[in-house]
Amino acid sequence: MARLYSNQLWTLSGIDRMDEIKVTEKLALDEGLTSSEYKLILDILGRTPTYTELGMFMSMWSEHCSYKSSRYHLKKLPQTGKCVIQGPGENAGVIDIGDGCALIFKIESHNHPSFVEPYQGAATGVGGIIRDIFTMGARPLAILDSLKFGPLNNPQNRYIFSGVISGIAGYGNCIGIPTIGGDIYFEECYSYNPLVNVFCLGVAPSEKIFYGKATGTGNLVVYIGAKTGKDGIHGASLLASAEFDEKSLEMKPTVQVGDPFSEKMLMEACLELMDKNLIIGIQDMGAAGLTCSICEMSSRGNVGMDVDISLVPLREKNMSPYEIMLSESQERMLLVISENNKDAVFDILEKWELDAVIMGKVTADGLINIKMNGKSVVNLPALPMADEAPSYQRPSKKPLYLDNLPVFDIDKFEFNDDIDSVVSKFLSSPEICSKSFVYSQYDHMVRTNTVALPGIYDASAIRIKGTDKIVGMSVDCNPIYCYLDPEKGAKIAVAECARNLATSGFKPLAITNCLNFGNPEDPEVMWQFINSVDSIAEACRIFDTPVTGGNVSFYNETKGEGIFPTPVIGMVGISKSSNKLNSISFKNPGDLIIVLGKTKPELGGSFYLKLIHNIAALPIPAIDLEKEKRLIDLVMDLTEKKLIESAHDISEGGLLIAALESSFASDNNLGFELKIKDPDRSPNIFLFSESQGRILVTIKSDNLSKLQEFCIKHSYHFESIGEVVSGCVSIEYKGKKIYNRINSDLKKSWEDTIPEIMNS
Amino acid sequence: MKFGVVVFPGSNCDHDAFYSVKSVIKQDVEFIWHKEKKIGHLDCIILPGGFSYGDYLRTGSIARFAPVMNSISDYAENGGLLVGICNGFQILTELKLLPGALLMNSTLRFICKHVHIKAENAETPFTNKIREGQILKIPIAHKEGNYFISPEELDKLEKNRCIVFKYCDENGKIIDSANPNGSLDNIAGICNEKRNILGMMPHPERAMEDVLGSSDGKIIFESIVDFIRNR
Amino acid sequence: MTRAKIYIVPKKDVLDPQGKVVKKALTSLGFSGIKDLRIGKYIDVVMDQNPGQKLNDKVKSMCEKLLANEVIEDYFFEIEGE
Repeated sequence: MARLYSNQLWTLSGIDRMDEIKVTEKLALDEGLTSSEYKLILDILGRTPTYTELGMFMSMWSEHCSYKSSRYHLKKLPQTGKCVIQGPGENAGVIDIGDGCALIFKIESHNHPSFVEPYQGAATGVGGIIRDIFTMGARPLAILDSLKFGPLNNPQNRYIFSGVISGIAGYGNCIGIPTIGGDIYFEECYSYNPLVNVFCLGVAPSEKIFYGKATGTGNLVVYIGAKTGKDGIHGASLLASAEFDEKSLEMKPTVQVGDPFSEKMLMEACLELMDKNLIIGIQDMGAAGLTCSICEMSSRGNVGMDVDISLVPLREKNMSPYEIMLSESQERMLLVISENNKDAVFDILEKWELDAVIMGKVTADGLINIKMNGKSVVNLPALPMADEAPSYQRPSKKPLYLDNLPVFDIDKFEFNDDIDSVVSKFLSSPEICSKSFVYSQYDHMVRTNTVALPGIYDASAIRIKGTDKIVGMSVDCNPIYCYLDPEKGAKIAVAECARNLATSGFKPLAITNCLNFGNPEDPEVMWQFINSVDSIAEACRIFDTPVTGGNVSFYNETKGEGIFPTPVIGMVGISKSSNKLNSISFKNPGDLIIVLGKTKPELGGSFYLKLIHNIAALPIPAIDLEKEKRLIDLVMDLTEKKLIESAHDISEGGLLIAALESSFASDNNLGFELKIKDPDRSPNIFLFSESQGRILVTIKSDNLSKLQEFCIKHSYHFESIGEVVSGCVSIEYKGKKIYNRINSDLKKSWEDTIPEIMNS
Repeated sequence: MKFGVVVFPGSNCDHDAFYSVKSVIKQDVEFIWHKEKKIGHLDCIILPGGFSYGDYLRTGSIARFAPVMNSISDYAENGGLLVGICNGFQILTELKLLPGALLMNSTLRFICKHVHIKAENAETPFTNKIREGQILKIPIAHKEGNYFISPEELDKLEKNRCIVFKYCDENGKIIDSANPNGSLDNIAGICNEKRNILGMMPHPERAMEDVLGSSDGKIIFESIVDFIRNR
Repeated sequence: MTRAKIYIVPKKDVLDPQGKVVKKALTSLGFSGIKDLRIGKYIDVVMDQNPGQKLNDKVKSMCEKLLANEVIEDYFFEIEGE
């Protein structure tokens, strides 16, 4: 006997005939606009907006689309430079790397959706940033991800972690773009607010960049890609512009589902259209969907558009104009083409089996005129929508907590730790252990350009076939530093990326950034944001790495609890293939182990304090940007002269962890012997200090004097601290061996940590 | 001589295979669009890796119906060399040009890493330059690479020496810990009885240059070139 | 003994990329008149418990806890006494 039962089918709030809703100020406020924003809309239009028009303003003026809380401050970032072809303001940034090549890159966030539905949230985040790159004319060639999760001892965090990794893998692998690196942190503040920031880079001919700009009266406006459904309606405004509370935790169905196969077809079609010069303007439909593409393309070109949305291919029956304009269905693009090229364009779209429709024309009057079934539903000027969103200088106030942070007194602290158990704890912590669980799920080799395999180099790298160029990339941000000291922490994030690039052999060129913060209406969060931006600006000026664009993600708070300030930096650099890249792995027994830079007693904010003593305390390590610049020049000189056997930036965990990582990466089971020279301090200080501006290099013993010459030339301190040996890891202090282990045992425990946690 | 690389909607490693043939072993090569009804004279056709049709429904299940596959089946029937790499191997099993099936990895996760494979049969057009028992370091990248075949068919495979590659450790030992995906008997690649069709899950086109981590894949392509020259 | 036949399907409003592609493939193989196609999962569970409200609640709980991702999937089930 069969009985049938089903769960309740959740439906969007019972509004069916949205275009008939009368707009009032109360409705506008309910929808999330402020009173002054609504008044501004009335001024712009000279009348009450239609419901669809209201929705469009709401989306375009949301935090995520308009950057209304951050725009004023972002202007302080250095955005020009001799290599910059396109800075912020377009779909992605573009820099010239010579010989007719341009790099197109950007980093974007998809945070809240990844909490709601980890796999799809992360997958659609990847899809979105990929479109931002190929819409500018580049085949996307590499992806990096910067991920922050809550601690893995919590099953919900394991679920999110697993889902996000699978989602990034599922989308990136299917579309055939290698995910080649990234960074991952685990902190309690990310438990309800995971951060998923995805960086993507592509290469294009520098003479052939495409822009999201509509031009030419009479040119055709063409919709291509997936059919439009009700995905993500209110996505931009709901998920990215407001905190989660109990009510919003129930609003799950607004999450979009990604279709990487569809996007692969879309990408190949667009690249072919671009190759054949058939496109005048092109923009993807991301946050705020069709609304954003139409308004931004028109505004940039100083034109208008007449569009009939009854022609839009729909996935659902009876969608209202509101829903069509605000849908965030994925894998769709808007093109502007000339009438002459119509047939050629549609031939290519048919070849790639894409839905496509000519839905309108470019006009000269700067007005967005949208019809549905013969009736006008929207008639408003493009410029105010796209470019004249309110810009707020929100109040800021130094956070109270900063004056009440514990201070770690390194001179008074009793270091009773047994090094064995400290190392054991480090290697079995998700922060420090091997991340191969993550990157082995990413196809990091497709397209046969990956010349720096994950885990072997500090930076990620791809070659550009047909040239002698190699592109280096790094994403980073240590959120503990940024929490304890927002100003210094942001400088360290930039310096860390530059160091990762230089250590591997790349000259840093430019950055993109993804600024993840809490509620900007909280003056303390605003203070953190402003100070981070000021610090990034200063660091970028000193490293000569202009900011070509990026993303701001506010409102990363749930039930009043916010994240640590997390300004993620994505930096790119360049090398010639004739210069060997420096891997982190030890090469030969007998090689000398050298630290470039001075190890100072700096444990504030360190992993040692966090993991072993459960303390987060000041002062975080000092950062001297001019000194970091000298270090970059020094290591690039050493690289060019082929003096380096291995090089590894010293960061989280300190010197001992860096040495262990270099040992684990080696091909032939190489370990090391370290001699700690300072007899007056606990060895833990030397081993776990997180002093900035340090790189662990190994050199052939014959090259010591040459290295010394370069260090003198760059006025940089160095210290010889040991040598590479076979098979074991040992530390000598005051003439005694205080640590002696077989490194293959250590490596196994380092490798097994995350798999054991995830399989439990 | 001329190679052909088939491009299905969703193929990704077509460019990598093309580059390997054109720029590394320096032979003539063209792309074959999935809708082609006729193919010209070709000496070796590669069904590349990727996610044809998104791997939706079952991997390779839709690509096998591509219009070009009729001509390719005829070509293979007439003894033409056909190599299915990863998704290509999956398509060959869906087409029943090779026996067995590729199931989800036993770890239930996608795996991308370098592995070692051992040449079990060095007397095929794809392995004639390899020594029997020689170990090659070649990367894998798949979620459905777990080779399965019925016991009777496995018997036939073994009797006919159709198992070409098996996963092994760096010393050539064929053991569980060297099996990345749970494949029956560590099978990584097989051929048909006529020896003109090869299917393998590892990606030799990703192991053509040392700068990428291994150049052990080159010998497979060189074997093919040699065979064609001496035919 | 009771058999629960559980069907997990993508929610009505949610995109089904697989269904979209398979519908197209069937059409191109000559099967006309296919209006819609969605792909889900079928889960067959045999339990040593008699049919009744307690069993229904148990199966519902299994669906909600593990078998269906209620963010993007709906479920329904049939119960067969054996």
